[in-house]
Amino acid sequence: MNNTDPASTRPLPPGPPLPPEQPGTAHTATGQPGPAAPGGGTLTATQVSAWFGSNKVLEGVDLDMDAGQVTALIGPSGCGKSTFLRILNRMHELVPTASLAGSVLLDGEDIYGRTLRVTQVRRHIGMVFQKPNPFPAMSIADNVAAGLKLTGTKAANRSELIEESLRRAGLWNEVKGRLRDAAGGLSGGQQQRLCIARSLTVRPDVLLMDEPCSALDPTSTRRIEETIDELRGQVTIVIVTHNMQQAQRVSQRCAFFLAAENEPGRIVESGPTTTIFESPKDSRTSDYVHGRFG
Amino acid sequence: MSAQRTVQAGLPPRPLRALAPPRHRPRTLRPGDVAEVAGAVAASGALVWFVYARLLPFSVHVVGIGLSWYALFLLTYALVAWDGHGRVVATDRIMGVVIATAALAAFTPIVAVIGYVVIKGAKVIRPGFFTDNLSVTGPLSAATEGGAVHSIIGTLEQLAIATMISVPLGVLTAIYLSEVKGRLTKPTRLVTDAMTALPSIVAGLFIYSLLILQFHWGFSGFAGSLALAVLMLPTVTIAAEQVLRVVPGGLREASLALGAPHWRTVLSVVLPTARAGLSTAVILGMARVVGETAPMLLTAFGTTTTNTNPFSGIQDDLPLFVFTQIRSSQNTQVQRAWAGALVLLTLVLILFMLARLIGGSRPGKKRRRPSRTPAHSRRVPRAGAGPTTPAPGPTPPDTGPTTKAGPS
Repeated sequence: MNNTDPASTRPLPPGPPLPPEQPGTAHTATGQPGPAAPGGGTLTATQVSAWFGSNKVLEGVDLDMDAGQVTALIGPSGCGKSTFLRILNRMHELVPTASLAGSVLLDGEDIYGRTLRVTQVRRHIGMVFQKPNPFPAMSIADNVAAGLKLTGTKAANRSELIEESLRRAGLWNEVKGRLRDAAGGLSGGQQQRLCIARSLTVRPDVLLMDEPCSALDPTSTRRIEETIDELRGQVTIVIVTHNMQQAQRVSQRCAFFLAAENEPGRIVESGPTTTIFESPKDSRTSDYVHGRFG
Repeated sequence: MSAQRTVQAGLPPRPLRALAPPRHRPRTLRPGDVAEVAGAVAASGALVWFVYARLLPFSVHVVGIGLSWYALFLLTYALVAWDGHGRVVATDRIMGVVIATAALAAFTPIVAVIGYVVIKGAKVIRPGFFTDNLSVTGPLSAATEGGAVHSIIGTLEQLAIATMISVPLGVLTAIYLSEVKGRLTKPTRLVTDAMTALPSIVAGLFIYSLLILQFHWGFSGFAGSLALAVLMLPTVTIAAEQVLRVVPGGLREASLALGAPHWRTVLSVVLPTARAGLSTAVILGMARVVGETAPMLLTAFGTTTTNTNPFSGIQDDLPLFVFTQIRSSQNTQVQRAWAGALVLLTLVLILFMLARLIGGSRPGKKRRRPSRTPAHSRRVPRAGAGPTTPAPGPTPPDTGPTTKAGPS
């Protein structure tokens, strides 16, 4: 939380360094960041509520997403996980009727404050969507470098950046011979990893993933999970998933969202993933993670 | 069967099951179905012949015979199908026949028009048609004398200027309607929709009364272009807006999530994605105005001499050429009009193909098509050195994008 290092200038190691082994239990349940976070930014959401028109969909969400860690948001459909995720990089406000309350801090800076422009926020906090959405009018290489072009960034070492991003997303070996081909020719899993590579090129501090594997087959899913695992320690990852096993495999921390009937979604319980899955305090969490409802 | 026998003769102990089943293409159309149609056609034809040629004491127009033949065929075929296959199949067959006939009926006039123009125009078209004008061609000259070069130049120039004016305006309006959205969206869309129904002579009158009478511009190709642009604008706008709307919202979100400003998203993601459709929109606009005669009479006026300057002096174009020639007294002039129509038709076709070519090419193949093969053949040797190669630029295939990044 006190890590006020300007995120944009922080250089990332060129290659994928070995992810440091940080068991989720290194952090206390109150969400204080552990010592020496290796990379990424810390996101702190405080009392976040959200509305679509007059319909309240999220209420009083407090959550800390620690630097370099993977935080999984779980819960049944319609409980506000995706809305919460979209609040974290200001995509929520794209819906004309959307409004919100509360604050979200990135390394102590309010992303809804006056000092940050919305484009800066989204550059620092990237997003991968449920459906792979590579730009069909661009080649594979252009897709990866799209973030540079779209944000008006000049890069002298463009091809190195493309390779680095593709390597970090675990796609380099599969596409290195056809970087100029249309991105639409890749398989679904490859497209999704291309989207991850595309998000990584602008060197975000945080990567938000909205059910990134829900449209993919098990092999592609495993590949993406490996990618997430390799990115741990470099980027803070917040992932929405409906897959309990996936949440267990990839995340260090976990937040369980739940919305009672005709009520906005709330966080029932959050904490280290092992705690949420093995010894949850709330009976509803226990029921959900053991597949008894939802 | 014969194949099975020969194999069996060679290898007697092999059981039949081991033989690979013979290959065949599954077909839904069986010979019996074809025979039913043919039989129905023949039966109804025979009946019609009998009724009209042997029974009725008066003769009937050939169209009437054809229509009754078709009606009788439908009836016969329905009965045959019903008897053989039941009510559901009969309904299906009859609907299929009616729909196929309708498609043919819609297709025939187009083919007829094109064929008629080609046959009539090809008779008099000579190379001179593309190099001469009508300045020294009198009413009694042969149809093969003189040409339409002045009209072709005029059409190309006027169409180009009109496109240059209306396409940027139309696409920008479409972007406003589909991407920006504001308080003016509804009125703009209403006015644009209404403008598509604008009679073309009104557009000509507008330019005529405003620029030529009020501001004393004089007749010119440019005045004609402005009238055409007025007509093109709503067509281009509506077509472009439809195309922009079908660009998936996920692409816009992906671009915004990368930190792109709104205008960049539109410019670099939405417009390139809709490129093929946008070129169709442009073509639709051009096709809307390329044959306009009425507004051109009031603005470009028409002439028989070559005027390459669209900004000064009266100018001709192909519709005007056709219009003036076909109303002339001499048969030779009328024939020349058909040649003009053929050139106009060909021009539209060329424009259409050009736009398809520009708009239809996919990103992977665009521009450096020749360099693709080398890039592919390089893949094999690189596979060994691949993963261990350190960062210094992923080999020649990437130099293209790198150099491209500099100026952009």
